[in-house]
Amino acid sequence: MNALTRPARLVEAIGRGVLDTVRAAGRLALFALAGLSHLLRPPFYWRNFVSAFGEFAFFSLPVVALTAVFSGMVIALQSFTGFSRFNAQSAVADIVVLSVVRELGPVLAGLMVAGRVGAAMAAEIGTMRVTDQIDALGTLSTNPMKYLVTPRLLAGALALPLLVVVADILGVLGGFVVSVVKLGFAPEAYVMNTLAFVQPMDVIVGLAKAAVFGFLIALMGCYNGYNSKGGAEGVGGSTTASVVAASILILCFDYVLTEMFFSR
Amino acid sequence: MSAALPKIRIRGLCKSFGEKRVLDGIDLDVEAGTSTVVIGGSGSGKSVLLRCILGLIQPDAGTIEIDGVDVLRQPRREQERQREKIGMLFQNAALFDSLLVWENVAFGLLARSGRGGPRIRRSDARERAGEVLAQVGLDPSVGDLAPSELSGGMQKRVGLARAIAARPEILFFDEPTTGLDPIMGAVIDGLIVECVRGLGSTAIAITHDMPSARRIGDRAAMLYRGQLVWQGPAASLLDSGNAMVDQFTHGRREGPIGMELRR
Ligand SMILES: Nc1ncnc2c1ncn2[C@@H]1O[C@H](COP(=O)(O)OP(=O)(O)O)[C@@H](O)[C@H]1O
Ligand SMILES: [Mg+2]
Repeated sequence: MNALTRPARLVEAIGRGVLDTVRAAGRLALFALAGLSHLLRPPFYWRNFVSAFGEFAFFSLPVVALTAVFSGMVIALQSFTGFSRFNAQSAVADIVVLSVVRELGPVLAGLMVAGRVGAAMAAEIGTMRVTDQIDALGTLSTNPMKYLVTPRLLAGALALPLLVVVADILGVLGGFVVSVVKLGFAPEAYVMNTLAFVQPMDVIVGLAKAAVFGFLIALMGCYNGYNSKGGAEGVGGSTTASVVAASILILCFDYVLTEMFFSR
Repeated sequence: MSAALPKIRIRGLCKSFGEKRVLDGIDLDVEAGTSTVVIGGSGSGKSVLLRCILGLIQPDAGTIEIDGVDVLRQPRREQERQREKIGMLFQNAALFDSLLVWENVAFGLLARSGRGGPRIRRSDARERAGEVLAQVGLDPSVGDLAPSELSGGMQKRVGLARAIAARPEILFFDEPTTGLDPIMGAVIDGLIVECVRGLGSTAIAITHDMPSARRIGDRAAMLYRGQLVWQGPAASLLDSGNAMVDQFTHGRREGPIGMELRR
């Protein structure tokens, strides 16, 4: 080791970092594939799917709804300041509906749900890991991936779009209320403008994003929980890691998906 | 070679975690219908041994035969089929805390229903869970509680009920009495002996509780530094003539076993 010069050591450190990252990404990808592959092989654990779906859709609804309303409201205010010199009335409606449906709905809902449901999943599965419950599943003729992970991945991918539909509607409503009550816009004109600007494609891509984000949230929650070690402290670490990783992945994938669908 | 095939035959089983050799060439035969207790210090690899047999940990080398079938060299399906013969009571019971007690007990029955096991409706499974709970001395009404509402001793009983519900040919117990008071420990030991005899099962129990070892075991083995350094009748644990076993069973500070203060 001592023979290595400083640059060589630096290269070694960077190389190791890159290798570790690639290895971690590979493990995560294999985990995701294993989880998905069980969709094709019965049995499917409906009970677990329904309860995970409920956790996603129902318990996150209030926090997602509040976030969406206030985002819509603040965008109306901000864009009015920016565009008041031009044709404010139509510009505000346009910006509110497009930013909510394309970006803010899926991303904010994703981040909120990651902090709530993703973390809870990591904690639950992590606790099952460190208390041998996952091993116990294996001794009771039950594949733990199939039982714990597969239903949650599916629930995430299906429930988040549902939440985002609600977020979209409430976000636009927030913008509408501010525009009409505070900025003095005509309600009919605002609604007409909104409907004129939003394309079905905007909504569809926004919901597709939501499906990807929901999958990622469930994946990070399950993956970190499943690989927890070291007692209660380890579970705490997994919980944090799942939220951080899911949030970063959501923002990365948001860019990639936007690039793919909207940058014609 | 003896005439009867041992239920479990282990040869040259090795497992390391990184640098650390936890199992280093384990040879063990467990005859059908007998109970073997494995004693050994904390962290000596007793749980790892059971986990290897259960397929929860992949060993590095060696063979594990169940009824003469070398499970490690079978296709996955067959491995699972062999291992379905085993019921396991985990160290801290490892009850599923998102499920009710009866759902825990009936879990294996429902999981196997229609897939290798007899078809069973939930209502029948519920009833069967009540019977098994009664077998371990619990009132069937306990079935409607959540595991978190139970005391440690009751959780162990439920864990035992879950392990025996499918009437397995083989039963494993990982420190069944650790963390219980001596009376509750004796009660659990009694239940274990009853269940094993009642089912005619073959058992491996891990313990470092001497009274418990002598109550549960027909045979005994001591695990030290990755090897089984002694095997003999459980009745002779206290006067085995082996210096290491003597030191361990009598809890002496002086002897061939040095306290390892670091790994
Ligand atoms: N999955 C694992 N990864 C790394 N080390 C492990 C793992 N399981 C067990 N060990 C190590 O193996 C040793 C034996 O553990 P164990 O079998 O649980 O001991 P005990 O005899 O008390 O049951 C311990 O030092 C433990 O740290
Ligand atoms: Mg142990």
